[in-house]
Amino acid sequence: MRRTMAKAALHTAANLLFFALIGTALLAITYNLTHDAIARSEENEKLKLIAQIVPTAEYDNDIIKDTAQLAADELLGNDAATIVYRGRLANQPSVAVLQAIAPDGYSGKINLIIAIHSDGRVGGVRVVSHKETPGLGDYIEIAKNSWINVFNNASLENRNWKVKKDGGSFDYMAGATVTPRAMVKAVHKALQYFAQHRDELFVQSVPTKPPGKEKKK
Amino acid sequence: MTSQEMKDIFYNGLWKQNTGVVQLLGLCPLLAISNTVVNALSLGLATTVVMALSGSGVAAIREVIPNEARIPVYVLLIAVLVTIVQLLINAYAYPLYLVLGVFLPLITTNCIVLARAEAFASKNGILASALDGIAMGLGLTAVLTILGGIREILGHGTLLSGIDLVFGEAAKSLVITVIPNYHGFLLAVLPPGAFITLGLLIALRNWLNLRAEQKARTEAVPISATQAA
Repeated sequence: MRRTMAKAALHTAANLLFFALIGTALLAITYNLTHDAIARSEENEKLKLIAQIVPTAEYDNDIIKDTAQLAADELLGNDAATIVYRGRLANQPSVAVLQAIAPDGYSGKINLIIAIHSDGRVGGVRVVSHKETPGLGDYIEIAKNSWINVFNNASLENRNWKVKKDGGSFDYMAGATVTPRAMVKAVHKALQYFAQHRDELFVQSVPTKPPGKEKKK
Repeated sequence: MTSQEMKDIFYNGLWKQNTGVVQLLGLCPLLAISNTVVNALSLGLATTVVMALSGSGVAAIREVIPNEARIPVYVLLIAVLVTIVQLLINAYAYPLYLVLGVFLPLITTNCIVLARAEAFASKNGILASALDGIAMGLGLTAVLTILGGIREILGHGTLLSGIDLVFGEAAKSLVITVIPNYHGFLLAVLPPGAFITLGLLIALRNWLNLRAEQKARTEAVPISATQAA
């Protein structure tokens, strides 16, 4: 009696294992087949976004190829190295496209790209991906709303970097304040990062993180 | 399979056992994504594909799975299928992937998929189960789209906004502005608006059903009996 029960349990376990293996194999195959296409579409999407926030008149170099790797930085909100795209006009730095993360969105991280002119003004901000509530917090997408243009031409000096509800200069929409608060904070920090690293950003070598900035909040 | 059986499957999925307004299963995505027609339709169709695949998958392996292990195996199968569909949409329909976002992987947790696997596919053949998945999925899609349409008109004053995300810039001209210069009605956009609208849809469906039943009953009564009364 006990033997048959053990046998049945083993049989069940073997079955589960079998289907888990088949499932894993199927997923591994699909992942490998689609991996390149996915990477390509994400890259294309990024380039399309860059084209939206950096007018072609602002650079005459191949901005997609002129990149440098940036170490993770608390001001960029990330914990992995990112790429900065650099635009130059007649070999003079004109615009940098940074990738930053707003870590405190309503439901997780909001991935941003931010174009900053060499004089410290924001060229434009776009959301690459987010998990904010559809119909509520997703007005940060340019496809849904033009709200994100509030950052255009903002600089550290000419704005009070808070949403209006907190006494700052940035509009927000009723029903969702956590999202714009996170966005304002992230863009503000990215501008501070730019101000601190402006010169290193445009040189060909990799800007290294100052040792003092290692610690996390 | 006879054509009568096929008819029954579709009648069940689209009306009699409609997942959205009768079984009330899978309300989480129903309420969350039904704020515009395009969102609702996209998620409904993605769910339909998953349900057709999971139905036939479950039907194909129902003979070999031991009874005690069937639920975990179904869940595993559904999760694998959803992930595959998600990867494929991500790779080959990237704008659609951006539209559906987090709700695509959440199809796995939509209890209607597991419910049909357990209630129908585990007892029926591959073809019938695939059809059941399609019928149930289309029933859900219909409810989602109607809900999305009502909420989009009330909430944004438009129809089909965001269609360019699915079909490219050219489709932007298909967006219909129903109420020009509309300032929006937040309640319709928020989840409570979805609950209220869904409640009204359920009431409408019950009323239509009741009326059809009453009509059938009065027609069945012989004329002499009506005259006597």
